[in-house]
Amino acid sequence: MKMKMLRPVLGVSLVLWVLLALAYPFVMMGMSRLLFPYQSQGSLVQLNGRLIGVAHVGQNFEPHLQYFWGRPSATTSVSTGKPEPYNAYASSPSNLGPTNQQLLTDVQQRIRFLQKTTPGLQTRKIPADLVESSGSGLDPDITVQAALIQIPRVAKATGLSTAFLTQMVDSQVKGLQLGVFGKRRVNVLQLNLTLYQFLHAQK
Amino acid sequence: MSFSTGMTWAVVFAVFLLTIKPMGTYMAKVFTFQPTFLDKPLSKVENWTFRMFGISRDSSMTAKQYGAAFLLTNLLWAILAYAMLRMQQFLPFNPEHFPAVNPLLAFNTAASFVTNTNWQAYAGENTLSYFSSFANLSFLQFVTPAAGAAVGIAFVRALAGKKLGNYFVDLTLVCTRVLLPLAVIVTLLLVGQGVPETLGAYLHAHTLAGGTQNIPRGPIASWEAIEHLGENGGGFTNANSANPLENPTALSNIIEILSMGLVPVAFFYAFGVMTGRRRLAWTLTAVAGGFFLVMLALVYFPEQAGNPILNSLGLATHQNMVGKEVRFGMGGTSIFETATMAFTTGSVASAHDSFLPLSSLAFYLGMFLNMVFGGKGVGLLNMLMFVIITIFLMGLMVGRTPEFLGKKIETREVSLASIAFLLHPLLILGGTALAVYLPVGMKGVFNPGPHGLSEILYGFTSAAANNGSAFGGLGASLPFYEISIGVVMIIARYASVLAMLLLGQSLLHKRRVPETSGTMRTDTPLFGGILFGSIIILNALTFFPVMALGPIAEQYLMVAHHLF
Repeated sequence: MKMKMLRPVLGVSLVLWVLLALAYPFVMMGMSRLLFPYQSQGSLVQLNGRLIGVAHVGQNFEPHLQYFWGRPSATTSVSTGKPEPYNAYASSPSNLGPTNQQLLTDVQQRIRFLQKTTPGLQTRKIPADLVESSGSGLDPDITVQAALIQIPRVAKATGLSTAFLTQMVDSQVKGLQLGVFGKRRVNVLQLNLTLYQFLHAQK
Repeated sequence: MSFSTGMTWAVVFAVFLLTIKPMGTYMAKVFTFQPTFLDKPLSKVENWTFRMFGISRDSSMTAKQYGAAFLLTNLLWAILAYAMLRMQQFLPFNPEHFPAVNPLLAFNTAASFVTNTNWQAYAGENTLSYFSSFANLSFLQFVTPAAGAAVGIAFVRALAGKKLGNYFVDLTLVCTRVLLPLAVIVTLLLVGQGVPETLGAYLHAHTLAGGTQNIPRGPIASWEAIEHLGENGGGFTNANSANPLENPTALSNIIEILSMGLVPVAFFYAFGVMTGRRRLAWTLTAVAGGFFLVMLALVYFPEQAGNPILNSLGLATHQNMVGKEVRFGMGGTSIFETATMAFTTGSVASAHDSFLPLSSLAFYLGMFLNMVFGGKGVGLLNMLMFVIITIFLMGLMVGRTPEFLGKKIETREVSLASIAFLLHPLLILGGTALAVYLPVGMKGVFNPGPHGLSEILYGFTSAAANNGSAFGGLGASLPFYEISIGVVMIIARYASVLAMLLLGQSLLHKRRVPETSGTMRTDTPLFGGILFGSIIILNALTFFPVMALGPIAEQYLMVAHHLF
């Protein structure tokens, strides 16, 4: 019985391997490139021909005061194990549990840091997403409120008026997808890119 | 509850309700060999394969042959997967030049993917080549759920009074007629949302802030599609579907949720069609659906209310955003996590380790029960196991010989169902006890206090349920866990599946007894209620003590603002 079964065991596995492990991915890569040339290659964001990032992967803007900041990121360096925020090569959450002292300490430190760098920022204005670290360590977005409260700091560092920056943030708000799904939010890289281009166009 | 949460949930439920009948009918047609619209393009290849390797559609296997074929293919795949991981550096499509995977990790990974668990003790984006992804592990993401579904189909045939069928035919048809066509559609939908699908090497970006960022890409969308359609759950990257590279938008989040549930939900209906018991199928669907709603509420409301310890800081919002992503919204995150635990997928759109204790109860519930639709085929098997045990308990109470689908449930059937039922807590509690007892086990704990016990418990539960998600803080790459969790995954998968196959065979050979007015009906809301209740009681009796030491203890301590 066993020997008779060997032929279909090997044969079916081989046919399925060719179909599912070779034909499927390669056909999909070809079709994706054809139908979605931008997305399939990684949604590259370029500035003057230089690759500056990927549209939906967050990146680190701290501690530069003139940029808007994203959420705390718990990613670490693969080689040293030391904190390396927004390390896309090693996506990771903090994994801190709800009764871990470290969680509270981290959040408190983050609040103090925001208050130190942003003039007049009150704790009751800070939304949770700006002080609690994300699931991937690469969250590209922050809530609208999280962007708005950073305006005084960015205004001070760039010399732009708060009214102008508020307008800029408003123009960058992404609504619910298809008008219904997800959350109203701001993509930090896109916001900063707009800011960067405005500042450099002035010069 | 916000507008977007309500709409997200409504759309997900609506799609499941609208697809259950057509999808279930279609699958029943495929597995009773009736013509379908995919015959034209596919039957030539399939028939050629069957002829070529001496497989006959019409000859049926016995339970022993079916089980042997199942085990032999799985063994072959495991060996090949292990070998290919060990030889990664010599294989093509490795633009980042990743070295061979070390022996223990390769064992753990092969065991994990061949058992449809997809537990990952490594970070994909800095460990695996593109070849290891699409030609090795992604292959297992197709064939292992298909093999599980095949066993489910054989069991359903036995209940319908038909012969079990041929394993190789069923395996092939699940791949070609169900998984592959859906995977093609889902891949393209995901790429449209921004998931990469390319062989291009990782990107090196020079950021605005003056730093550099090394950004992975690869054939992610095609992986993501079958990861979810097969309820596999292994991520292309470490953060899994929380990573914007795998799940970039609220819509991709919904697409992934629907991908995991479509087939397992419809499987219940296919069972109804194949056995001619549609009402029973709806009863079982309602029971599983009831558990799904309980889980969803249990995840959403605590997370929405937030962690009382952090809330006392007086921030502007109270949602627990630790380990969550902004773009999905709390509604989208909650239903993704509910779905992944219900369908035993094990992919995650947020960090389970950072969920509040009450929400984590829903995660454990999904894995303890393993039949809130569950993986395709296997979830139905577990549901029917509970049905048989419940019928037996009811029979004891009224003092009649229990019957199911016109067959008497006697010692052998109850024994086999009990073995399948008891194995689960034995592996979970035994594994956890061992890890807590041994210093090497305790070394893997990341969060102090009762949460540490929850981490260990979650690991073994995930392995025994072939779920694959984790409380990510656990040191899964410690040799102790690589071995013990690998072994648990293997025993859990094969022992229970084989017990259920034997049970099917034993029912098949029984004489049919006529239904009388004294027969207990199983297709009524009354039976559904009793089934729901007995599932709760059976599992509460088994797992309440350990829940009390882990999540429940932590809940009380959290409310009392106790930190560790």
